[in-house]
Amino acid sequence: MTIARRTLLALTMATGLTAPSLVLAQSDSIKIGLLATFEGAFTVLGEDAERGAMTALEEFGGTVAGKQIEIVKGSSDASPDSAVRAARKLVEQDGVKILVGPLSGDEGIAVKDYAKTHPDVTFLNGSSAAQDTTLREPADNFFRFSTDGAQWMAGLGDYVYNEKGYRTVATVAEDYSFPYTQVFGFMAEFCKAGGTVPSKSWVPIGNKDYSSVIAAIPDDVDAIYVALGGADAVNFLSQYSDAGGQAPLIGGSITVDQTVLTAKGRMRDVLIGTPAAGPTADTNDAEAWKTFTAEYKKQDGAFPSPSLFAHAYYINMKAAILALEEVGGDLSDDGAKFRAALAGLEFDTPTGKVSLDDNRNAVADMYLTEVTEADDGTLVNKMIQVTPQVNQTLGIKADEFMALGAVSRENPSCP
Amino acid sequence: MSELSVPRAARAPGWFDRIGIGHLLLGALLLVYPAMANDFFLTQIGGYSLVLGMIALSLMLLAGYGGMVSLAQITVAGAAGYVVAIFGENNSGIYGFGWPWWVYGPLAILIASLMSALIGWVAVRTEGIYTIMITLAVATACFYFAQQNYALFNGFPGYNGLRAPEVFGVYWRDPVPFYYLCLFCAVLAYAAVLYGARSTFGMTLQAIRDNPRRMRSIGFDVTAHKVFAWWLAGLIAGAAGILLVWFNGRISPGTIAVGPSINILVIAIIGGMRHPIGPFLGAVIVTLMQTFAIDIIGAERFNTLIGMVFLIIVFISPDGILGLWERVKPKAGGEDWRASFRTSVK
Repeated sequence: MTIARRTLLALTMATGLTAPSLVLAQSDSIKIGLLATFEGAFTVLGEDAERGAMTALEEFGGTVAGKQIEIVKGSSDASPDSAVRAARKLVEQDGVKILVGPLSGDEGIAVKDYAKTHPDVTFLNGSSAAQDTTLREPADNFFRFSTDGAQWMAGLGDYVYNEKGYRTVATVAEDYSFPYTQVFGFMAEFCKAGGTVPSKSWVPIGNKDYSSVIAAIPDDVDAIYVALGGADAVNFLSQYSDAGGQAPLIGGSITVDQTVLTAKGRMRDVLIGTPAAGPTADTNDAEAWKTFTAEYKKQDGAFPSPSLFAHAYYINMKAAILALEEVGGDLSDDGAKFRAALAGLEFDTPTGKVSLDDNRNAVADMYLTEVTEADDGTLVNKMIQVTPQVNQTLGIKADEFMALGAVSRENPSCP
Repeated sequence: MSELSVPRAARAPGWFDRIGIGHLLLGALLLVYPAMANDFFLTQIGGYSLVLGMIALSLMLLAGYGGMVSLAQITVAGAAGYVVAIFGENNSGIYGFGWPWWVYGPLAILIASLMSALIGWVAVRTEGIYTIMITLAVATACFYFAQQNYALFNGFPGYNGLRAPEVFGVYWRDPVPFYYLCLFCAVLAYAAVLYGARSTFGMTLQAIRDNPRRMRSIGFDVTAHKVFAWWLAGLIAGAAGILLVWFNGRISPGTIAVGPSINILVIAIIGGMRHPIGPFLGAVIVTLMQTFAIDIIGAERFNTLIGMVFLIIVFISPDGILGLWERVKPKAGGEDWRASFRTSVK
């Protein structure tokens, strides 16, 4: 009796530990891994990213070249470790040959490094926008059809210097590679135009109390540049508003994104009129953008307008499907043909034409926006101007751009 | 914690009896496991469970035998990991002195164990929930320090590109070698804890757990014994920390955040703190759940499912899986399961 029970237990455990994935793989389907932040401070962002990816999938009816597309999801909490762990599970256990993701900056760098160990798997970026994901030591099988955080800032520095007349700006940003990239992109233009940045505050992701940060901002700055995302942005903005902050704000791309603009609270007042730049503009009246917005809104829990995460995942997922279509869904040669198709892919997105450079990073249009109240009371990013076809080196020659050095807390600096 | 009982020493002298058929069966299963499992199950489930199990074992040692619940075990493991990153090789562009593994390995374990002893030295002045609070405070402080310090810890991104060494022509991060390496370390730690629990020191520690005042009045140095237990726990956690960074190939503050440190406590509680096997059982269950829950229920609610399963386990059996086993096992030979098993095979 005892032995039987014990053997049974041992057998159960052995089966549990060895049984391969429960998902029955269909031979006529293509598996695509979808990696986003479904937990942690960026959960809301990750959920919207999923909506974007699903919008692209539904545009093609969930099939490509007669094959069903099967989406396998992986979740991270925005830390690089969790992203690599989730990517490993998708690649090594679920056997995806194409992976779309991750969402956040340092995750992208970590997944790019992981991509080098699996040359037969094709990685498309999600919305991760750190510069060094593709600029330095890129992986041959990592593609970014969404652009990086410095590109997103195109036009903003000049605009606030010339149009708004700001001369000194303090920055508040999260302490990791994506906000470094955004601050870099902003300061590249702003400092060149003649502005100065006397104070930069870096706060950890998931920070709750910003009182010391707010207190440390110099009183005599003309404006505050804020590059915080998700819950962090909401916390900072409401605390800044509560503290009676008067200085006008300049927004990083994800600070005045729909994930933040839809949050309730008094921070509305400080947000209205905030200039920002990014890969999308809510009031873009191009037909393609309107169609995209309409399709996106069919997803459960959709925002009034797609966030840039939905946009980035949409574009990368669409690129994957378009390239799959081109090769007839054939990944049999370890995806070599598929990657060649991706590298040469050029297509029209809801936000204009997208193509890749030599590092497999996108060249695309950027939008300068300003937060305004729409007729129905929601906050939207009103389109001010479009900067066409911004490349990763921001129009600067490649070698000169590389000489500026890798983005970090200290680089660039113009106090 | 004080009512936790300790497995009695086996009375029979034979080696077979001393090791126990349960251990032999389990050992055989673990040894042939690579033949049954694919690479993913070998490292991502097998190796990772063993590593987490070792860290939880260091907690079980403190909590089960010493009555000190620590939330800083992952911090200790992380300290070893950062030593590996700084003194070994990394590709993050700072430090990475490239010392050989047989120098940075022992150094990492030494530093981790000293750190553990230091945390213990601070924490032993308190009891129960206060120990938890102090160790939580230490863990949180270390996390934020590592996240915001760029000079030593390289801040949020941490260190990337850490590689396990190649020794005897084997790359120890390849699935099969890595699994056996983890298994070897885990078995060593497990056997050491099992042996240590029956040693004079182990008995003294348990006596201190049950009645520190009496032990003090008999003349034992209670603080020294507890700090020594912390140091021993630090050895295990430190060794696991090295394996953890070889496994991940990287370390960042995310590795030692509050979430992972609570994860270790969850593993120990799910598994059970009555016996050193508990943390490993808990680690297997937690790893499986955290890896596959997203396939079962989808991306939106998988953390709820994980939480529910843990809640159910603890609800049904406050002693974790081990306690569950205590309930379903045959009652023939009294409360010691090995004794009962011995009777049942005879």
